[in-house]
Amino acid sequence: MKFHLKVWRQKDAKAPGTLESYEADNIPADASFLEMLDIVNANLTGKNIEPIQFDSDCREGICGTCSLTINGVPHGPGRGTTCQVYMRKFNDGDTITIEPFRADAFPVQRDLVVNRGAFDRVMQAGGYISERCGSAPDANSVPISKVIADEAMDAAACIGCGACAAACPNGSAMLFVSAKVTHLGLLPQGKPENARRVLGMVRQMDEEGFGNCSNYYACEAVCPASVPAAFIGRLNREFTAASVKEIIGMNV
Amino acid sequence: MTPDAHIPSGPLDEKWTTYKNNANLVSPANKRKFDIIIVGSGLAGASAASTLAEQGYNVKCFCYQDSPRRAHSIAAQGGINAAKNYQNDGDSAYRLFYDTIKGGDFRSREANVHRLAEVSNHIIDQCVAKGVPFAREYGGLLDNRSFGGAQVSRTFYARGQTGQQLLLGAYSGLSQQIARGSVKMYPKTEMLDLVLIDGHAKGIVVRDLTTGEISSHAGDAVLLCSGGYGNVFYLSTNARGCNVTATFRAYKRGAFFANPCFTQIHPTCIPVSGDYQSKLTLMSESLRNDGRIWSPKRKEDCGKEPSQIPEDARDYFLERKYPSYGNLAPRDISSRSAKEVCDEGRGVGPGGLGVYLDFSDAIKRLGRKTIEERYGNLFEMYQNITGENAYERPMRIYPAVHYTMGGLWVDYNLMSNIPGLHVLGEANFSDHGANRLGASALMQGLADGYFVIPYTLGNYMTSQFGKKVDPKHPAFAKTIEETKEKVQKLLDIKGNRTVDSFHRELGLIMWDYCGMARSEDGLNLAIDKIQKLRAEFWKNLKILGTPDGINMELERAGRVADFLEFGELMCRDALTRNESCGGHFRTEYQTPEGEALRNDDEYAFVSAWEYQGENQIPTLNKEPLVYEKVKLATRSYK
Repeated sequence: MKFHLKVWRQKDAKAPGTLESYEADNIPADASFLEMLDIVNANLTGKNIEPIQFDSDCREGICGTCSLTINGVPHGPGRGTTCQVYMRKFNDGDTITIEPFRADAFPVQRDLVVNRGAFDRVMQAGGYISERCGSAPDANSVPISKVIADEAMDAAACIGCGACAAACPNGSAMLFVSAKVTHLGLLPQGKPENARRVLGMVRQMDEEGFGNCSNYYACEAVCPASVPAAFIGRLNREFTAASVKEIIGMNV
Repeated sequence: MTPDAHIPSGPLDEKWTTYKNNANLVSPANKRKFDIIIVGSGLAGASAASTLAEQGYNVKCFCYQDSPRRAHSIAAQGGINAAKNYQNDGDSAYRLFYDTIKGGDFRSREANVHRLAEVSNHIIDQCVAKGVPFAREYGGLLDNRSFGGAQVSRTFYARGQTGQQLLLGAYSGLSQQIARGSVKMYPKTEMLDLVLIDGHAKGIVVRDLTTGEISSHAGDAVLLCSGGYGNVFYLSTNARGCNVTATFRAYKRGAFFANPCFTQIHPTCIPVSGDYQSKLTLMSESLRNDGRIWSPKRKEDCGKEPSQIPEDARDYFLERKYPSYGNLAPRDISSRSAKEVCDEGRGVGPGGLGVYLDFSDAIKRLGRKTIEERYGNLFEMYQNITGENAYERPMRIYPAVHYTMGGLWVDYNLMSNIPGLHVLGEANFSDHGANRLGASALMQGLADGYFVIPYTLGNYMTSQFGKKVDPKHPAFAKTIEETKEKVQKLLDIKGNRTVDSFHRELGLIMWDYCGMARSEDGLNLAIDKIQKLRAEFWKNLKILGTPDGINMELERAGRVADFLEFGELMCRDALTRNESCGGHFRTEYQTPEGEALRNDDEYAFVSAWEYQGENQIPTLNKEPLVYEKVKLATRSYK
């Protein structure tokens, strides 16, 4: 197959970027999108053009490293990560525009590489259960209904890729935050810290420059882990309840 | 020399308890004086970092990924073993220990494996407390399944994403410690050398992958948790970035590399489809619980649609050869059987490199809904990659490199022969012998980080009071200079071939001669080919750009340079081990039925290789494996 690529090239975090045109020739239909870029990069190296820098790691859809916007859609067509997009999904001769994830809180570092350290800092602000290793009771001492455990797992499946924030017109990370708040908040072992967690994570999210949710649902549409936007409603309820507790002077 | 494993005396099942009762303790006031460097943030690294930080140590943790949450432990699918015996099916710590020793084909260290089995139950408790959403039954209690090569149901799982959930659990603990200030995290930072002062590991040299800056970090102990070296094969189920650099450069500083030829080929991967391919995708071997593996009996049938091949023309080869374990035979045996079938010309799919994994019987027995619940995400993944629907047509699978049992040599304290250098998780050689059982890697990574190193580190630390190194010690500046020169040397070659083309060629050599079947002639040939390829690499590599800023080809070049030396070491190890055991199958050493033929009289030892300098043949040190409890037996799964 053959494609015309328009790729975002940017020398470093401070330099301005532009879209450069490259041809991708002789691409096997069974190649993944990233393998197509590998082939293009080998050809660019042959022509003494510095290869396109892009992040990827597991290439099986679970690590959340890839961060490409393809034809305006984070991760591109379908509902997986970019590494799980196969070239057979495109038509021969298509023009494909490739940009990095776009969100105020994810500054571009070079070409298609972005810095998503903001997500780590949001997690550090409360995305955990305080438990000292060695102090845990027997794993079966607290039964958890299968329904609850399954829903917690739906939320825990978030891979932290950032596509939700990149897809949102507000650059909001509320799907990401709601996934962790839901996962830990549903489980009995996470409940004691629910109020602290939601206040901490939401405040850090604001501080990082992520926007708020105004119900576009673009996040849900691109989420490779199928995290439902309904969790955002849960996040809002938890946040309101925790804020009220705080306002009336209760310790959270 | 014979490396001393420092195994505690006393009966096997009391060793760990005795050890803990007598281990040296570091008081809280002293712990905060110590800086611990941890390289890697997977299950072993993240669990060690968070636990040591909880105890009061100052931790610096480094990973090459952009976030510690992305370490490759995240991709493990199937599950984690523990001897809880929640199923009341006769499991016990002893049985888990014995299965692991037997599964490893009697080439692992008895005392380490027993400790692993003992702490396994705590891991499950710890993970549940951290919020890991393991699968549950309707009564609210934890569910288990039987997993590759086990006759009891001892595997805990979280859908097909167990590794992800366990890693996120450890990452959440790590995040909390980062927020407390007790762990300083360095993402996108790669270790390029180990700094030794008076023979002790006292720091590392790293490259910041964003700015290109090369700097050093001093510490009172160094823990390598940097994973395995499966990417020496280029195509493997490892992530693109997985590499041997941290452990190999420690080896070049004097750490022994143990059993490098023990690599695991996983039986259930999606077959290769072309030479552009950058990785192989594993599908959890839990699929073998319900899927039946077969190939056509006759070569002529291989091109036919599987539905057109009648039952009596199918060879369910694992069920035929291993009636008691059938499709659940251990990974090495299942992989080799698939290779044999394909070598006979009975493989299916592109290039005849595949066998069928068929769910039609399971769907008839349990209904499609149950199969969907159990494996839905795997079926989806398979369809996405191959374009085929496995509910209607059997999957095609073929073995791929998955895990490496070898690694840096460690003693019972998880300390290498370099004082202060500790090695955890897949990066060490410890517990899996010549073959790892399914669902044991997650167990070992977390055991080492949560429950072993927090107890064993004290023995070294108590010897280091008042011996704090000065970060201005000349050894740091010297190692930084050496590292910078190495990086610049890669850029200065200015040849004509890309890094990936060298890596791919090395991978093919390794797969052909040091993969599922090895022979003396093949290994000698491979060593020759690798040496030539390495020489070409240093003359003809082409890297554009500068050492400053993001330059991923430069990163990969450093890793491939190490693989080009390491591959030779693997072949040498395979060459000196004149026996077949577990994943190491030497064609000269097999039974008339084609099974692995072990030689316990001469080869019941750990190979611990000692570096002797550039292009020199390394020295082989042997640690004898002494079995006090287990009687060495021929591994039979018939």
